[in-house]
Amino acid sequence: MTPILQVKAVETYYGNIRALAGVDVEVQKGEIVCLIGANGAGKSTLMMTICGSPQARTGQILFEGRDITRMPTHEIARLRIAQSPEGRRIFPRMTVYENLQMGASLDNLKYFDEDVEKMFTLFPRLKERQSQRGGTLSGGEQQMLSIARALMARPKLLLLDEPSLGLAPLIVKGIFEAIRKLNETEGLTVFLVEQNAFAALKLSHRAYVMVNGQVTMTGGGRELLANPEVRAAYLEGGRH
Amino acid sequence: MATVSANPARAEASSTARALREAVFAGIIAFGLFVLYVGLKTDQNISNELILVQRWGLLAIFVGVAMVARFIGVLYVQPFLKRRRTAKSEASDLELQPSYFRRNFSTIAIIALVLYPPLMVALFGTQGSLKWVDNFGIQILIYVMLAWGLNIVVGLAGLLDLGYVAFYAVGAYSYALLSTHLGLSFWVLLPLSGLLAAVWGMVLGFPVLRLRGDYLAIVTLAFGEIIRLVLINWTDVTQGTFGVSGVAKASIFGIYSFDVGAANNFAKVWGLPMSAAYYKIFLFYVILALALLTAFVTIRLRRMPVGRAWEALREDEIACRSLGINTVTTKLTAFATGAMFGGFAGSFFAARQGFVSPESFVFLESAVILAIVVLGGMGSLVGIAVAAVLMIGGTEILRELTFLKAVFGPDFTPELYRMLIFGLAMVVVMVLKPRGFVGSREPSAFLHERKSVSSSFTKEGHG
Repeated sequence: MTPILQVKAVETYYGNIRALAGVDVEVQKGEIVCLIGANGAGKSTLMMTICGSPQARTGQILFEGRDITRMPTHEIARLRIAQSPEGRRIFPRMTVYENLQMGASLDNLKYFDEDVEKMFTLFPRLKERQSQRGGTLSGGEQQMLSIARALMARPKLLLLDEPSLGLAPLIVKGIFEAIRKLNETEGLTVFLVEQNAFAALKLSHRAYVMVNGQVTMTGGGRELLANPEVRAAYLEGGRH
Repeated sequence: MATVSANPARAEASSTARALREAVFAGIIAFGLFVLYVGLKTDQNISNELILVQRWGLLAIFVGVAMVARFIGVLYVQPFLKRRRTAKSEASDLELQPSYFRRNFSTIAIIALVLYPPLMVALFGTQGSLKWVDNFGIQILIYVMLAWGLNIVVGLAGLLDLGYVAFYAVGAYSYALLSTHLGLSFWVLLPLSGLLAAVWGMVLGFPVLRLRGDYLAIVTLAFGEIIRLVLINWTDVTQGTFGVSGVAKASIFGIYSFDVGAANNFAKVWGLPMSAAYYKIFLFYVILALALLTAFVTIRLRRMPVGRAWEALREDEIACRSLGINTVTTKLTAFATGAMFGGFAGSFFAARQGFVSPESFVFLESAVILAIVVLGGMGSLVGIAVAAVLMIGGTEILRELTFLKAVFGPDFTPELYRMLIFGLAMVVVMVLKPRGFVGSREPSAFLHERKSVSSSFTKEGHG
């Protein structure tokens, strides 16, 4: 079976600085794949490169067998690759409801009513806050909104960039639980970038470890969790 | 402190004493500030020698005003504000039910505007109404329309445009030139000028697609100046600084004309005494209709995909793109739509004045329009309309304040203080209401009921 997402020998530069040095990643349909690594390893850059800003200088990115390396961001999004970007990037002066509307703008709100109910069952907190402005939400609620907004586009592939950033452990647990549920019930494919290696590895079917712009290790989520090298590098200091 | 508050009479006395003390301080400061600027004035006498004119009386007025203002401020205004603040913090926000007037403000305002010209005719007579309908009514409505048009670009899409007056100029010259050379009527040229302005909006839009905020502002500012300089220097077509004169008047859809000699002259047909007032009243309704069209389109667009995309673009461009919104076309449509309404207003302006020249389209006009949008609260139609009434109506009112001559002498011309007051008013409004008169953004979609959270709780918008 061809993977839904293939990243082949991708190099990305910021000016003259090479942020990704030949990265190969594959995501199969229905998988949760995570990418862990230290600060500045290039995790978010890979995420952004898949979305087309910045574009890869060399290498190839295929989505459902189709080359998307040189496509502009909004056209990549129209192929149903939804992204919950780093720093959440919700629309602060729009209400929760309007934020969700923006997520559904690809289909021009065709499935909006049914999808919004689904989001409200998945994240009941958003229902309570629906007429509140995005900027007035707490960090966890904003993260839920960011994920829900991405899901409103009915994505084939969901990209999550550090969903646990700056959140209380209990909320992280809730959000990861929601992702797992979506994957199990609807077969949602998720590619996840995380610093919180313990929770991310536990959630994922497969995982990649990234160091200095290169993938150094790959394997099953549980497998890497047990790996002494990974434990030493990313899990020391106990469970987050 | 405890003893003071226990004895109200003494508290009163002490606050009066404090007010007096502060008033004296204010007086001393005012004296120090103004003694050289106001108290003494250098002048030339008949034999061209430099002499010092002493103006102690005027200085005394300045110092007196400062002292009285400080005294009143300390004794009455400060306690009043403090009381109001405590009262406000005690009252729950949810209990505040807006008054009937407030809830139906737009309907009441539109009805009042429709009734405005007949009312003025009834009050001041046909000829006397001219000033009120033209100088106040039409003038203010032109700015309301321009500000609403600019609001699409600045308030909704968040693209700071300092050259908006360029589109106003394009519209005005389109009408003036096409009507004098081709003899086309106002009603044909109105949409055409809008279209031409929209094209120029796109022309501006393309090079600035990658710019935001301050950078964008500078480029749009330059664009406005380019248009004005072209109008001045392309003398073959635009007749340069002389301007285009004798621009045709608008007619009531060709049925009635307002040209004095015409057989179907409105006043002649209806057997009314000749007056320019009918034309002005007609124009009043035209600009009212145009302004309401702008508002209607803005309100409708906000609920449509393109309007939502504009607002999302203002909030976060990267998030927009990751949601599949084409930011290029979104920006271009914002520029084009805003420019189109500027063009409408421009062609109306040309029809009203009968004369266009580059002097009407200087940077100050752009600044005034932008100031109206900012003062009104970006994105809020009602707030912008209120701001336009205050700013434009206020400057017109200054012309009427002839009684001030009695106070400040016969040389005093209040219009000259226009920009001073204008600036002062802006500072005061921005200090008291940093988000403009109507600072909260009205959501465009609801699931069940409206619940408003003041936008002052959310973080400041970018760009």
